[in-house]
Amino acid sequence: MSSFASEHSSEPALAIEGLSYAYGPVRALADVSVTLARGQFCALLGPNGAGKSTLFALLTRLFVSRAGRIAVMGHDLGAEPRAALAQMGVVFQQSTLDLDLSVMHNIRYFGALHGLSRRQATERGEAALAAIGLADLAGRKARALSGGQRRRVEIARALIHRPALLLLDEPTVGLDAPSRRAITDHVHALCREQGITALWATHLVDEIEPQDQALILHQGRVRAQGIVADLCAGQSLAERFAALTHTDEAAA
Amino acid sequence: MSAYLSALLAIAGREIWRFVQQRERFLAALVRPLVWLLVFAAGFRAALGLSITPPYQTYIQYETYIVPGLVGMIQLFNGMQSSLSLVYDREMGSMRLLLTSPLPRWWLLICKLLGGTLISILQAYAFLAIAAAYGVVMPVGGYLLALPVLVLSGMMLGALGLLLSSTIDRLENFAGVMNFVIFPTFFLSSALYPLWKMAESSQTLHWICALNPFTHAVELIRFALYAQVNGSALLWVGLALAVFLVGALLGYDPRRGMVRGKG
Repeated sequence: MSSFASEHSSEPALAIEGLSYAYGPVRALADVSVTLARGQFCALLGPNGAGKSTLFALLTRLFVSRAGRIAVMGHDLGAEPRAALAQMGVVFQQSTLDLDLSVMHNIRYFGALHGLSRRQATERGEAALAAIGLADLAGRKARALSGGQRRRVEIARALIHRPALLLLDEPTVGLDAPSRRAITDHVHALCREQGITALWATHLVDEIEPQDQALILHQGRVRAQGIVADLCAGQSLAERFAALTHTDEAAA
Repeated sequence: MSAYLSALLAIAGREIWRFVQQRERFLAALVRPLVWLLVFAAGFRAALGLSITPPYQTYIQYETYIVPGLVGMIQLFNGMQSSLSLVYDREMGSMRLLLTSPLPRWWLLICKLLGGTLISILQAYAFLAIAAAYGVVMPVGGYLLALPVLVLSGMMLGALGLLLSSTIDRLENFAGVMNFVIFPTFFLSSALYPLWKMAESSQTLHWICALNPFTHAVELIRFALYAQVNGSALLWVGLALAVFLVGALLGYDPRRGMVRGKG
């Protein structure tokens, strides 16, 4: 079921074409297109209100847009939502761990939603927790975990059904610097070592490495797109980002 | 085990697990019907003369009359509360997570409704146990037959809650729902007084009560508790369930909670 490596291996992990969305008369996204290959880490950069959350809502099928197309591993999200969702793991900006349940219970619940048996989910959950050094916490209530630990559990949980694409919406919000670093490094390693494709929304440029892809979104439009090192061309990413999103700050 | 069934067990199991851990919520949910039974009914007993109507075969006390209506009230409150929480802030995060499941949305929503219904049934039986200790005892067959009936009525009321939350914009908080949905639904029904009593006062009100699906849910529960099936009530409740459920599933839009949440 989760043989994403063999199936559709020629398809990009994520393909967005001409995606637009409006809240009534307010345009939130205009003609966004992006293609992500397997194993890429793509930073979705944009100031607040750039359209990052709207894009995530469209990717997770919370919103449906009539303009444009989203395909995950070649599965069109509109036409084959179930096949597309099966290839997708999501970490939302706000924690979705059930704080009154144990870590393992949270993982098993999520596994069941993705069609895993209790045993499968437990085995994979144990392995995943061991891999991030949190095996001891499996029986603890999620409430007892630190913010950084909760995030890492959420990332492990989002991968329990072995998706090809991992979406993370500002996953480091509210964390201290070492936790942020650990999580950023962890997801970069997942892309490098396991061929997972990550789309990482953020407004913090220090979470991005020169070899990453970046998609700079501003006022609903793509302002720049490509490998970070190429985009910057001598400038720092912070400078480039500020220049590209300049009008917003002047207006704000 | 199919993916559908394991999702159902996981979703319903999570609801129950959360519920039993919150002991205050369980007690709070029991206080409301108990006040009606132990205080209101005791005071009201003298004011209301009841004649013998099916399923009762003898004169009954008012406390006996209102027990099925209070079971209905437990489910009414629960249905509204759990459905509203799907759409508004409290459960919004867990709903977003739920909706990333590749299972179809209609099934995920039905699982959620069933989870809420099971909790209302736990409360209903706890209430019936206390009522029995107080002296309102039903036949054993009644307690058994009540189970499938409570699933049906609980699903109907949960679906109604979901339908309301996705169609009516102004029901932003629970107080609004109390005033405009729960109280009218409860008072315009046979929960507290038989319909013939209402007919003596006003034909119009009687008609409204007779059309109210909650009346039929209460009557279905009333007959079931005496191990009888009220065919017309069953039909009404089944029909209302189908209509509310289809409306709720078609009308459900996860954007509502999200857009509103952003202010």
